[in-house]
Amino acid sequence: MCVDCGCAEPDHHHGEVPRKRISVEEDILAKNDRLAAANRALFAEQGVFSLNLVSSPGSGKTSLLEKTLADLKSEINFAVLEGDQQTANDAERIATTGVPVHQINTGAGCHLDAHMVGHGLEHFDLDSLQMLMIENVGNLVCPASFDLGEDFKVSLLSVTEGEDKPLKYPQMFRASEIMLVNKIDLLPYVRFDVAKCREYAERVHPGIRIFEISCYSGEGLDRWYDWLREKVGEKRTKG
Amino acid sequence: MHELGITQSIVEIALRTAEGQQAKKIHSVTLEIGSLSGVVPEALQFCYDACSKESLLEGSRLIIEEVEAKARCRDCAVEYPLTDLLACCPACGSAAGDLFCGEELRIKEMEID
Ligand SMILES: Nc1nc2c(ncn2[C@@H]2O[C@H](COP(=O)(O)OP(=O)(O)O)[C@@H](O)[C@H]2O)c(=O)[nH]1
Ligand SMILES: [Mg+2]
Ligand SMILES: [Zn+2]
Repeated sequence: MCVDCGCAEPDHHHGEVPRKRISVEEDILAKNDRLAAANRALFAEQGVFSLNLVSSPGSGKTSLLEKTLADLKSEINFAVLEGDQQTANDAERIATTGVPVHQINTGAGCHLDAHMVGHGLEHFDLDSLQMLMIENVGNLVCPASFDLGEDFKVSLLSVTEGEDKPLKYPQMFRASEIMLVNKIDLLPYVRFDVAKCREYAERVHPGIRIFEISCYSGEGLDRWYDWLREKVGEKRTKG
Repeated sequence: MHELGITQSIVEIALRTAEGQQAKKIHSVTLEIGSLSGVVPEALQFCYDACSKESLLEGSRLIIEEVEAKARCRDCAVEYPLTDLLACCPACGSAAGDLFCGEELRIKEMEID
């Protein structure tokens, strides 16, 4: 039966030229994925280990970078790409550590993409670089879809945000190999069930690696640093 | 609202495809959007009208086919719909399932003259 007029004749036309139906079968994010693959190839070639840090605004991404760089810059050559919609404030915070940093302002954009990162890399000397940290725009939704070419996404979650974040934003926690539970120095003052948080994260992403840390007290950072050293070493020998 | 950027990619791909086919008119563009793709179909629809203005796409229809996410149980190999990322296997109750569709963000086809 014809779906347009309901008559018995199949597939007839209603005074219009027949339309041509063409198959496209193209991934909408193909261009981003291509550029991300190019970044990834460059990182592999240069032996650069890279992380894409994602979280809600205020979970402590910049604080974690400040602390990590201060503690490890004598043994690892870092560079930092800072993504924010506006201002160079975070880049200025990072610059005080002496580590090379470049700010990317996305304007209305709610996430970094592989193209921005590719150009951001032009600001660094890749030959001597061992580890690139990318701080994404504070947002637990949009950055999940955009591969930047990083080795791993790292989700930060602070204990003031509620332990059910992994359930509320499952895509992001599924895309992240690592979850950092930050601000554990505040645990005596807030209701946050760390065990539940771990369980929720494990449910949306079986095998996710979890570190409990405080950028203020430094608690838990040793394990995070050991992991970074190990990964930087592995990448170096491959590169 | 990353739907805007995604819509710009859709428009870019659709116009390039139409040009390759020497199309004079585009009637429709059909997408396959997985339920776990992180994209809101209504937002895409909204952005599409804005992004297609003053191009060959103006006035064309954006058809969105939603693809339901499905997982295969690691323990008993049963396939089941994943209404959310926490669904368990209906046959054996296992929580270990591998997602095999539902993350699509794809232009499937177009109707052109
Ligand atoms: N109590 C506590 N506050 C922290 C910790 N880490 C970061 N903060 C504070 O949280 C706020 C947001 O941190 P920031 O690093 O700018 O977060 P970002 O938006 O994710 O980059 C700042 O006031 C930080 O001083 C922590 O471990 N404990
Ligand atoms: Mg920041
Ligand atoms: Zn099963």
